[in-house]
Amino acid sequence: MTAATTTAPSAPELAPRVGVGEGLRQTGTLAWRTLVQVRHNPWELSDFSIQPIMFVLLFTYVFGGAIAGSPGEYLTFALPGIIVMNMLFVTMYVGMGLNTDLTKGVFDRLRSLPVARWAPLAGRITADLVKQAWSIALLLGVGAVLGFRIGTSALALLGAVGLLLVFALAFSWVSVLVGMLAKDPEKVQLFGFTALFPITFVSNVFVPAATMPGWLQAFVDVNPVTILADATRGLMVSGPVAGPVTGSLLWAAAITVVFAPLSVWAFKRRV
Amino acid sequence: MNHAIWAEGLVKRFGETTALAGVDLAVRTGTVLGLLGPNGAGKTTTVRVLATLLQPDAGHATVGGWDVVRDAHRVRQLIGLTGQYASVDEALTGAENLLLIGRLLGAPRPEAKARARELLARFDLEDAADRAAKTYSGGMRRRLDLAASLVGRPRMLYLDEPTAGLDPRSRLELWDLVRRLVADGVTVLLTTQYLEEADELADEIAVIDHGRVIASGAPDELKAKTGAQSLEVRPADEADLPTVVAVVGELAGVAPEVEGQLVTAPVVDPGLLPAAVRRLDDAGVVISELALRGSSLNEVFLSLTGRPAEETDEDDDTEGAPA
Repeated sequence: MTAATTTAPSAPELAPRVGVGEGLRQTGTLAWRTLVQVRHNPWELSDFSIQPIMFVLLFTYVFGGAIAGSPGEYLTFALPGIIVMNMLFVTMYVGMGLNTDLTKGVFDRLRSLPVARWAPLAGRITADLVKQAWSIALLLGVGAVLGFRIGTSALALLGAVGLLLVFALAFSWVSVLVGMLAKDPEKVQLFGFTALFPITFVSNVFVPAATMPGWLQAFVDVNPVTILADATRGLMVSGPVAGPVTGSLLWAAAITVVFAPLSVWAFKRRV
Repeated sequence: MNHAIWAEGLVKRFGETTALAGVDLAVRTGTVLGLLGPNGAGKTTTVRVLATLLQPDAGHATVGGWDVVRDAHRVRQLIGLTGQYASVDEALTGAENLLLIGRLLGAPRPEAKARARELLARFDLEDAADRAAKTYSGGMRRRLDLAASLVGRPRMLYLDEPTAGLDPRSRLELWDLVRRLVADGVTVLLTTQYLEEADELADEIAVIDHGRVIASGAPDELKAKTGAQSLEVRPADEADLPTVVAVVGELAGVAPEVEGQLVTAPVVDPGLLPAAVRRLDDAGVVISELALRGSSLNEVFLSLTGRPAEETDEDDDTEGAPA
């Protein structure tokens, strides 16, 4: 310690560092902050509520009959995939929110406070998981009204939701990276549309891959969206479970291993 | 030593750019230091280092005696930061913004709410308390931002260009708020490009340029130290202008400025005044005006850096929406 430290005793109760419990409480406060924003910004609520409902309705009643013979049968096929697709879009809020905080200076304010360094990010991701759970519940509710039935057990359903949240957590790192690299929140949204739309559509979310050209089928087969959609179908309706669930978890792990360090690097570069 | 904020040899590089080239600062407890400099001089980088947001590449700094790198968490418990851009969450209401900070600082909900109400009242934001901050005017945002930095009753307050872009009335209001905080014993580090602002608020001024403090002292001291006084002479007869220019130029040792019939030159020695009178009298010049006046900080800046402070920034005065 330098001599200057001796001038400090006027504030004896300064904590040397943040405790884990304190950090978790701060994470909760920051998650509250992200969720309470929705109240003042109804557009966001429509983004992760009305938009997915619209997707379900459009695909079921416009394409459903042509693709699967009847809207009811199509709903059974497509709803798990639509839930997967919606989950990926909702993760973009993590990046958008972080980017807004960075560009508006809120992030500097938070970091100048005696809060855990990881709390702002953890708060965002926690809030995101709440939004994810809400979207999944909403889509299942709308699906139930339209005739979607769980073909498995309550436990399997819970497993599906858990798997979706684990994948959302992993994919949040992609969102964080985009949020750190993008100049403004609009660019994050733009990425959401230009990158996520093809990735989610070139999968078996909306149609089985059988009618696609061979090279496209090859991509669809390895696309994590396909694998996760299969796992979700298996857990919610029927079909193989072990393979796609393992595949989904491996993808989630791979995404985390690649994108978490990249995000941290981008974060350090940005601030 | 009774320095609330102390920095020595701070260096910060961003790639090829050297933002700080060895900044030394000392702010006595309970005083206001004005860090004065043009855009890009290193003011914000200095504040970010002292606020633990950036780690210096060299040098070190203490706040309240604690090292800003090693004891960053302790430093954060002492400081309040009001950034250059109003860093409030625009999607939250004014009350929610302050509640958020209070809760993050560990206050129980009722206490954090009470503190938020107290600050909203003090900053004249009660009527707007439950409106989203994005609907606030520029002046209101700055006040909310300042209120947010005061939730934890900091003993050191950093104000990074707190009035940039504010209309004159909001600026005066903000100055008043800062004076009241200082009266409460808060130590303030204020950065500004407005010379008038530093002169109004600061006990001491540090002039920063190209990442280095090039002069510091009390506003009056600084003016005296830089010898920044002006000798002004106006001949009664326009025909004597060249003679006056020659005499003043010789005494001051620099080429004087001529504006209409007024000849002005910066001088250091106040004893030059009688000499000027004598010399001009000997030359048979009739003088209509002769004065030696202490210069404004603008001239201080000019004499220190060889170029004027960014005057274009004064154009921003009325930019923000009126309060």
